[in-house]
Amino acid sequence: MFQILEKEQYSEKVFKFRIHAPQMAKKAHAGQFLMVRPDDTGERVPFTFANWNPEEGWIEFIFMVVGKTTECLSKLNEGDYIKDVTGPLGCPTEITGDRVAVVGGGVGLAIAYPVARMLCEQGKQVSVIMGARNKDLLILFEQFAALPLENLFITTEDGSMGEKGVVTLPLARLCETDAIDQAFVVGPVPMMKFSTRTCREHKIPIIASLNPIMVDGTGMCGCCRVEVGGETMFACVDGPDFNADLVDWDDLAHRQATYRTEEAASIKHYEEDCACQK
Amino acid sequence: MPEVKTYRPNIGAPRTPANEEPAAERARDFRPVDTGYTKADAVAEANRCLDCKKPFCMEGCPVGVHIPQFIEKIREEDWAGALETIKGDNLLPSVCGRVCPQESQCEGKCILGRKGDPVAIGQLERFVGDMADEVGKAPECKPSNGHKVAVVGSGPSGIACAGELAREGFDVTVFEAFFTGGGVLTYGIPEFRLPKAIVKREIDGLEQLGVHFEYNSVAGRLFDADELFNEMGFDALYLAVGAGLPRFLHVPGENLPGVYCANEYLTRTNLMHAYQFPEYDTPIKHGRDVVVFGGGNVAMDAARTALRLGAESVTLAYRRTEAEMPARLAEIHHAKEEGVKILELANPLRFLPGPDGFVSTIELQRMELGEPDASGRRRPVPVQGSEFAIPCDVAVTAIGTRANPFAKLCADVELNRWGLIEADEDGRTSNPRVWAGGDIVTGAATVILAMGAGKKAAASIAKTLLAEDAE
Ligand SMILES: Cc1cc2nc3c(=O)[nH]c(=O)nc-3n(C[C@H](O)[C@H](O)[C@H](O)COP(=O)(O)OP(=O)(O)OC[C@H]3O[C@@H](n4cnc5c(N)ncnc54)[C@H](O)[C@@H]3O)c2cc1C
Ligand SMILES: Cc1cc2nc3c(=O)[nH]c(=O)nc-3n(C[C@H](O)[C@H](O)[C@H](O)COP(=O)(O)OP(=O)(O)OC[C@H]3O[C@@H](n4cnc5c(N)ncnc54)[C@H](O)[C@@H]3O)c2cc1C
Ligand code: SF4
Ligand code: SF4
Ligand code: FES
Repeated sequence: MFQILEKEQYSEKVFKFRIHAPQMAKKAHAGQFLMVRPDDTGERVPFTFANWNPEEGWIEFIFMVVGKTTECLSKLNEGDYIKDVTGPLGCPTEITGDRVAVVGGGVGLAIAYPVARMLCEQGKQVSVIMGARNKDLLILFEQFAALPLENLFITTEDGSMGEKGVVTLPLARLCETDAIDQAFVVGPVPMMKFSTRTCREHKIPIIASLNPIMVDGTGMCGCCRVEVGGETMFACVDGPDFNADLVDWDDLAHRQATYRTEEAASIKHYEEDCACQK
Repeated sequence: MPEVKTYRPNIGAPRTPANEEPAAERARDFRPVDTGYTKADAVAEANRCLDCKKPFCMEGCPVGVHIPQFIEKIREEDWAGALETIKGDNLLPSVCGRVCPQESQCEGKCILGRKGDPVAIGQLERFVGDMADEVGKAPECKPSNGHKVAVVGSGPSGIACAGELAREGFDVTVFEAFFTGGGVLTYGIPEFRLPKAIVKREIDGLEQLGVHFEYNSVAGRLFDADELFNEMGFDALYLAVGAGLPRFLHVPGENLPGVYCANEYLTRTNLMHAYQFPEYDTPIKHGRDVVVFGGGNVAMDAARTALRLGAESVTLAYRRTEAEMPARLAEIHHAKEEGVKILELANPLRFLPGPDGFVSTIELQRMELGEPDASGRRRPVPVQGSEFAIPCDVAVTAIGTRANPFAKLCADVELNRWGLIEADEDGRTSNPRVWAGGDIVTGAATVILAMGAGKKAAASIAKTLLAEDAE
């Protein structure tokens, strides 16, 4: 059992949990993730480490409510317990560039934030591009704004905040003005795909943090397989970061959508009669 | 004076049949396929054994279970004695009695098998193992010797090693990546073949012996061997991480939604209870036309799971013929009885999507058997121009596994070219503090071999650490 030491609500749908996990806190790196199973009947879902403190023995993750498991988690409070937390899993993010664009969209912003913060701590010049469908879905704005960034761009598809449009607009400008020598992207597949295309046009190397569906997170089940450079890779052990230029995006998009009907059924079941809904 | 035996075997009695559930009914839910022998069945079957002076059956058992001896105890209705006899060689009788490939091991060598049906050694062993609920008593542990041993992985190999060491007075901690124990016994082999309550009983038994279980602990990420020895106070490490990484067919369309590898299909079902969705939150696709590729136990388990998830048709496609299938005979028999169709000499060429993007058709090719290959089995070769297609909305590939990728992160030990750990008969690796065994040394093998390796390694660890004390 893993105790929630602190719960912070960033916006309607976005929460941060601080969890007591002393051994994990010693081993976590930016870009790695953990897997959470809220209770005995729950699903195992991955979240990226947002912060950790080996002296005080805790780790943090930030999550956005998108379905049953995240909804269920959001109901937990300080002092409550999460049944299972496993990690650290995956490989740490490695960014060699000095002037880096961190591009995040939707839930991906929760993953992009710790990476941006790490790069700032490493003294790199960091530009962040935040994208979302609308203002309400644009998460962690204040947290990003508090970082010592070179640039912070915001795009929303409906123009309700920042620039109207998609993340590739400011990304192309950064490439054109030679403001970056590397990019990191995480978010919905189309966003990652087009960001990759933009970077390719300007010969800027780009890393993508992929988020396929996972089950075990230890390379055993093959659920998280992704095609990278014609090879089958496992996001949970070989990634989650990969050279974005080599990723087969359509393959990833198809696989992510595998359980769409079941996810809808699950949230319906949860709202109607799940025990933890109290 | 030599002991006079008065036992007369019931020669000519037919093999006592297993008490199987009707195939059509059992294939619809996850209940156990058979309910096991009753006491009367067990005694009747025990009376068939000739109590051979030179028991060939024992030669067939990889760990040399004293078969005629335990069978004799069954005749005497000395259940506790029978259990003790088996446990001297095999710590997991309830499991092995159910899952050993008896026809190629103990029963395959039984003298009765030359003319008729061999003694049902597996059923008897399982019966005795299950009697533990009634007659089992906690084995005695030697007093603590102050040594701490870490076991990584809670599959049969880790369980066996931990149990032996705990009895010898070692302070044992098992680190397991998942949230529960048992390894393949829990996430791979389905409930209808190996009830999870049995696995739990074995693990509870270890806890009673004082073994600590640390779940959610991924060795190699959360800690490594150096930290175990230098910071956490362990004196030795046994690596039993299994050979989990799945192999793929590497044919087009294999990543389409609806195409699973067996590890995922079975883990979702067994470990995560996807068959009870949405009470349990992990989903799985319930196919109508399911096609499974492979011919081993894993393929059988996947095919029979598909039936239980409600498939209308389940086809098992294999490159060779049924005769070459490596699965246990009982599994092939049960699968066919339950309605799994076997498609021999067929090899997948590609998976094609339907309009919804999910797999809808498989293109296959006919094979024929050519010259024997290195394994002695005749090699399947494609027949030109024999392509054909079958409909399929869920496909499962079960074509083997490779070394667990964490093995090399756990400890600095020598690996062979397949990434498996190099270890000798006693499980010793290139690192004098680290032992290894089970599938991570042999590649995917059997429960009994994994168990045996754990037991041997425990003896070697005990000997090494206690010899150091004596110095
Ligand atoms: C390596 C990695 C790191 C991640 N880090 C974060 C993070 O820091 N913060 C955050 O908010 N989200 C993160 N995610 C996404 C997060 O795991 C999903 O939002 C979560 O699983 C949704 O579960 P749900 O039951 O609430 O929603 P559901 O309704 O079940 O699913 C909603 C979406 O989440 C995805 N999803 C569902 N189940 C899984 C699963 N078992 N594994 C992976 N994806 C799944 C599906 O693609 C689906 O489109 C990460 C994903 C990955 C792979
Ligand atoms: C579906 C299926 C059916 C089978 N049917 C049969 C059968 O009928 N008869 C038979 O004899 N054999 C059968 N087998 C084979 C048999 O199950 C295996 O040979 C046996 O389980 C191997 O045991 P093991 O202890 O070496 O490894 P495993 O059982 O694989 O256990 C390894 C354990 O280590 C854990 N682990 C891995 N990495 C780490 C890490 N880094 N840190 C912590 N823990 C870790 C895993 O989570 C797992 O629990 C079957 C296998 C499968 C998959
Ligand atoms: S352990 Fe397996 S091979 Fe040995 S006697 Fe028992 S069932 Fe037969
Ligand atoms: S070979 Fe068969 S008959 Fe002989 S002792 Fe073994 S089980 Fe009994
Ligand atoms: S999640 Fe199972 S192999 Fe990656």
